[in-house]
Amino acid sequence: MNAVADIAGIVLGGLAAGTVLFIVSVGLSVTMGLMGFVNLAHGAFAMFGGYIIILAMNRAQYSFPVALVMGFFGTAALSVALERLLYRRLYRAGELDQVLFTIGLIFIFIAAITIVIGSETQNLQLPPYLGGQLNLGIVQYRTYSIFLIVVGLLIALGIWFAFERTRIGGQIRATVDNRRMAESLGIDVDRLFTITFAFGSGMAGIGGGLGAEFLGLDPQYPLKYLVYFLIAVSVGGLGSVIGVYYASLILGVLDFVLTLYLPKGGTIFIYALTILILLARPQGLLGRKGL
Amino acid sequence: MSVAVSPPGEASPAAAGRNPAAQILIRRHRVRWWEPLPWIVGIAFYFAAPDYLGFGCDLLVTILFALSLDLALGYAGIITLGHGAFFGVGAYAVGMLATYNIWTEPITSLFIAAAVAGAIGFLSGLVLLRTTGLTLLMLTLCTMTLLYEAANMAAAYTGGFDGLLSLPIGPVFGVFEFNPLYANTQYLFALGVLFVCFLLVRMLVYSPFGQSLIGIRENILRMHAIGSPVRRRLIVCYTISAALAGVAGALSAQTTAFVNLAALGLDRSATVFIVLILGGYGRLYGAFIGAIVYLALEHFLAQVYPTAWQLGLGLLLVLISLFARNGILGLGDTLWQRFGPRRAAP
Repeated sequence: MNAVADIAGIVLGGLAAGTVLFIVSVGLSVTMGLMGFVNLAHGAFAMFGGYIIILAMNRAQYSFPVALVMGFFGTAALSVALERLLYRRLYRAGELDQVLFTIGLIFIFIAAITIVIGSETQNLQLPPYLGGQLNLGIVQYRTYSIFLIVVGLLIALGIWFAFERTRIGGQIRATVDNRRMAESLGIDVDRLFTITFAFGSGMAGIGGGLGAEFLGLDPQYPLKYLVYFLIAVSVGGLGSVIGVYYASLILGVLDFVLTLYLPKGGTIFIYALTILILLARPQGLLGRKGL
Repeated sequence: MSVAVSPPGEASPAAAGRNPAAQILIRRHRVRWWEPLPWIVGIAFYFAAPDYLGFGCDLLVTILFALSLDLALGYAGIITLGHGAFFGVGAYAVGMLATYNIWTEPITSLFIAAAVAGAIGFLSGLVLLRTTGLTLLMLTLCTMTLLYEAANMAAAYTGGFDGLLSLPIGPVFGVFEFNPLYANTQYLFALGVLFVCFLLVRMLVYSPFGQSLIGIRENILRMHAIGSPVRRRLIVCYTISAALAGVAGALSAQTTAFVNLAALGLDRSATVFIVLILGGYGRLYGAFIGAIVYLALEHFLAQVYPTAWQLGLGLLLVLISLFARNGILGLGDTLWQRFGPRRAAP
């Protein structure tokens, strides 16, 4: 009975971490799929949203749900401003310039946060109803992790539904599959991209706040987890919500297990697995097209 | 560049020499008057700034590393974020050979490092270069992180996070000792190694091989169509580039007498990427300009106010990617074309 509880605990912990990874990365997958833009600065939006959420709770005493909403809209607004002013100019540029631009953006975010708020780690104070343990029958587990897993599942279903069943979702799928054709059918790709970019960044912002409890939140955040976001997106597949969901969950569980049992260099298996998957399927597990 | 087709019946070597296309190809690799300048400056630096020779070594190593990346990224268009893998392999090869007293002679050590890094470049290139774009970026990044974690795991041999310290490096030519306090020998040694490697790269990029790399970068489909062995060329280029990065890593381990996990880290790869693009990629001297500007700014600004340095660097990168697509040298070219002396139309 104890072994079952242990395994359940590991799986739940991993799933919670994977869920956060999914919430942060899903926007990246869709925007990269739409425009082919290599946006390494996506993690910076997650950090920005995380800071809004934590500061709104710790300094301005807003409640957790209100802070999450503020994080979403604050990050979305910032991303739209940046997209209109800067990103837009580089859509037709090569990958090299895009990589350089987004690395520069990461540095600016890191320095700005360090100057304005400071380099110390920010702590998320969970509201009392999310603290404590929840009895699931087989195992007692942290309420917050269960909450994350459920929220992540709802978000994944919601986005999947929006993708498959709504008009704008259909337009996004069409544009990911064939941008020129979609444009000639009268789909306003620019507008579509601004909307998805804002939504994806807003989700990343929420993810940054939700994950701050166990990923931590400090100015180095966008560089620290950059590789994980990219793995989730490239293994899951560009423009594929469900693919990124599976990839994030697998990555979360693997990371949780490996850091528990092989704390020194155990994550080597994650990178090896990523390389093997990408070599076998360069477009990712459920990718709609080549990267 | 206008390319004229030589009329039939004029196939003799003398006629080929008069062909405008041949003229351009012949003129390309001529040594220009300013090309000895960097080396004169390099030697002058040795006498002018004896207190900064440690910094000078760092600079030379960075130039060599950026030059190796230029071959892969600038000339062949292989976008990699994981070039630090080869730098680290070269550094650890020399470091481990020296720590366990297997081999400490510096020059042959460089060849060993080049061979090891080249072998890994060849093996990974064989598999990775089938992909392009984001997949390739991810694969190179993951390969590097894999090596990082492997080095971390094998802490018994690599020293783990602390790395290998106080490496015993033998004297150059059996005569000139590396003094850990005064970097005189290290500096001259690094300058010599950089010079030899630079000649090699210069020869390569002006050769027909180098031309085919540029062709692959500019239009890979057309290169396939004219029957160029694209994948083989890319693998050869990647292997040479990896070997040179290995030499840079080895040189870094020798001149600083230590190697640690930072050699394999993302920071190192991102830095060299920035250095190269800052200077201007695919133009041989971009590595020099980029390394000098970056390291000078870092050395003198970062110590005073590190956060401002990061902010300034970020702004610089954004500005370059938006307005100066080809780095400082590219910017210089544009200004020269606009304001420089007008050349008579041919």
